[in-house]
Amino acid sequence: MCTVCGCAEGEVKIEGGHGHHHDHSPDHDHHHYGKGPAHAHAPGLSQARMVQIETDILAKNNEYASANRAELARREVLALNLVSSPGSGKTTLLTRSIEDMKGETPIAVIEGDQQTANDAERIRATGVPAIQVNTGKGCHLDGHMVGHALEHLDIRDGVLFIENVGNLVCPAGFDLGEAHKVVILSVTEGEDKPIKYPDMFHAADLMVLTKTDLLPHLDFDVEKCIGYARRVNPKIKILQLSAKSGEGLDEWYGWIKASQMMNKIGN
Amino acid sequence: MHEMSICESIVNVIEQQAVAQGFSRVKCVRLEIGPLAGVELEALRFCFDVVCKGGLAEGAVLEVIEVAINAWCMQCAEKTDVKQRYDPCPKCGSHQVQITGGDELRIKEMEVE
Repeated sequence: MCTVCGCAEGEVKIEGGHGHHHDHSPDHDHHHYGKGPAHAHAPGLSQARMVQIETDILAKNNEYASANRAELARREVLALNLVSSPGSGKTTLLTRSIEDMKGETPIAVIEGDQQTANDAERIRATGVPAIQVNTGKGCHLDGHMVGHALEHLDIRDGVLFIENVGNLVCPAGFDLGEAHKVVILSVTEGEDKPIKYPDMFHAADLMVLTKTDLLPHLDFDVEKCIGYARRVNPKIKILQLSAKSGEGLDEWYGWIKASQMMNKIGN
Repeated sequence: MHEMSICESIVNVIEQQAVAQGFSRVKCVRLEIGPLAGVELEALRFCFDVVCKGGLAEGAVLEVIEVAINAWCMQCAEKTDVKQRYDPCPKCGSHQVQITGGDELRIKEMEVE
């Protein structure tokens, strides 16, 4: 729960974060979010009254997400929001996918982590541009952070992977403007994760079961896991792969290419 | 899920509305929250008090209207009653259940002065 980790405490940093548009002291050169309430006051009436608001609480995030979606459509970029627990092998799958796909299509990556630029460095070692967003104490990326990160990525007609903070709870509720959420579950985790964290598996269009090369050594019941995922989300698509052995990767690349095509037609 | 950032979003809306609708104090905020919104109410209340401190909603009462889950069973082709996303239809046992309401996360109204 983010009440424990203290979400949105204003420690977010985006690498190379120049040209951002918020008011704060000039000695900072990175992006900050969630500074907390500004102490705004407005002239008002003295008598108590009811005002109807009828606003979605996450409306602001959704506005940023819509702006990102429009920008991505303009650039003909397919954005995939990769979500999972920490340690599911997201970055390993990404580096392998980039190595295999970078000759065919432009690729860029936005890396979300609480701290360090380690993952972005791993991605940059493959030769594609990556921007690290450090969420500080925050537990998810939001539309605003991704919008600023996009300003620093010059990608057109390609694939943008957004690697969200490793967390199966919070990123479910935050639209980033992506075409699809892809939930990654490794077979070293519990097969009941889809029903333990139903919101995430409900929000995703694709579930990728990773590390399948380890299946002979584990008690993980693949069919049971797939059954749980379909209970939460009857429409979810499912792929099984191992970034290490390469098994199942062709299907994954096929899905990405098909999505890229559908994305262009849709726009 | 992320109650602190939800509360900060609420405060953002309050501040925008204060300018738009001309009020300077908020006495009560009424939210509509569905059971599938992924919000822990106790955590939300705790964060709300913290985030409102020093602003125009300091000390405001947070009232929560809990919204019911609405679901449609595609096999039965009628409304059904589930408690969780992974529940089967209690009538036919199918998981082809579409949730059509219950994930609301809305500010309904505020009492202001």
